[in-house]
Amino acid sequence: MNITSAKYCINLDTNENQSIKATIDGVEMFVPISEGNTHYDEIMRQVNAGTLTITAASN
Amino acid sequence: MSDIRFEGWLHRSGTGGVYQDSAGNVGIASTQPQTRLDIGNGGFQVGPTGIATVTTVNTTNLVNATQLSHRNIIINGAMEVAQRGTSSTSSGYQTVDRFRHSGTGWDAALTQAQGSVSSGTTPYTEGFRKTFKLTNGNQSSGAGAGDQLSMSYIIEDQDLATSGWNYLSETSYVTLSFWFKSSVNQTFYVVLESKDGTSRQYSFAITPTGADTWTKVTHTIKGNSGLQFSNDNGEGIEIYFLLFYGTNQTTSGHTLNTWKTTSASDQAPDMTSTWFTTNSATFELTGMQLEVGSEVTPFEHRQFGDEMARCKRYYNKVFDAEGQSGEKPASLAVYETNSALTTIFNFPKMRVVPSLDITNGTNKFMVRSNSVSDHFDTMSLRYGTTQTAEIVASSGVSGTAGYGGYLRSADTDVYIAFSAEL
Repeated sequence: MNITSAKYCINLDTNENQSIKATIDGVEMFVPISEGNTHYDEIMRQVNAGTLTITAASN
Repeated sequence: MSDIRFEGWLHRSGTGGVYQDSAGNVGIASTQPQTRLDIGNGGFQVGPTGIATVTTVNTTNLVNATQLSHRNIIINGAMEVAQRGTSSTSSGYQTVDRFRHSGTGWDAALTQAQGSVSSGTTPYTEGFRKTFKLTNGNQSSGAGAGDQLSMSYIIEDQDLATSGWNYLSETSYVTLSFWFKSSVNQTFYVVLESKDGTSRQYSFAITPTGADTWTKVTHTIKGNSGLQFSNDNGEGIEIYFLLFYGTNQTTSGHTLNTWKTTSASDQAPDMTSTWFTTNSATFELTGMQLEVGSEVTPFEHRQFGDEMARCKRYYNKVFDAEGQSGEKPASLAVYETNSALTTIFNFPKMRVVPSLDITNGTNKFMVRSNSVSDHFDTMSLRYGTTQTAEIVASSGVSGTAGYGGYLRSADTDVYIAFSAEL
């Protein structure tokens, strides 16, 4: 899985991170913050490996 | 009554009576028995391994050791469903549902596509019309030791755990069958990799009968005490079709046709790189079936709608403008302050909480409310479950909070989809 960007999206009501906007294999996806989702698990694997950084949300 | 054994039967001509030839084959009302037992010149035959061939079976009750329907564990094995599209130069899941290509180290992108089976070929006459097809790019720097290129399919854990395969037993089997065609006549390898517990791999070789010639492969795989499949929605087995793995992942002494603990450096025998280094080389796959038992059965053709429903557990395109211009209805929406949102229901429930895959471009969507239209570019995922998702447009909209409205597409390429792939 080739992930070239990742950025948190914020919930404007709660001001909390609601999903991750990521480009995965060339396709832009909004990934839920939910274990078991293959995209989320791979994003976190790459973050933990130090090969990917999730950019903070911009209001 | 005591047993009767006929020995040294006399030869006679004709088609009547009981007849044993010099090879030991017995015929009843047969001119010349062609198998161990042959009744009526092929009407009922039993071969040396106990396989019976019968012209017609009329029965009140038919009891079978393996199931008669839903035999094929593979979803979309005939490659008919391609919700995402029919051609892409990206890796991953991009075209034929449930099938992907992946790897690393190539110089030029490959094209994956939903291909077509040509009329007149044997797969075509057996009802196959579509393929999962890879076309190579120009790998100008040649094949490297770390290069990888494969097509693959992942079986969900619970579909193996509940398949009826007693996978811990070496006397219990599954049989994998498929058609493949390669423009380069070389040996490739198929690798099954279990994902639960200590990962194990099983590999076997496939060689086409000729370049650009469809070849049917049937391979029976026994269980192993080291296999583990949980009854859950995780990964069970990934079936890889290796088009090229460099020597960092292979060994000359690799052992085929047996389960072994997965080793990243010993996944297959050393491979020839001819396909990988041939610009525009093609590889196509169709008719993939994995079934419980040691005998292959004919491919279980399923109707398009049935196969589509199965695919939607993993990828569900809930809206597609289908190339049509003008505004098309997508959903109902409601305004909040500075945002418009809608709830979408996924049927069937998806495997896990899915990712949102949605068009993003200038004024691709619009929401019409209170006689006013707002155009906006895309939406994002707010909340989700395996069945429902709340998606929101939080920029480009300025309606009045509390008003309802219609969410519409505003371009020919607009879609909304959810991905819960393995």
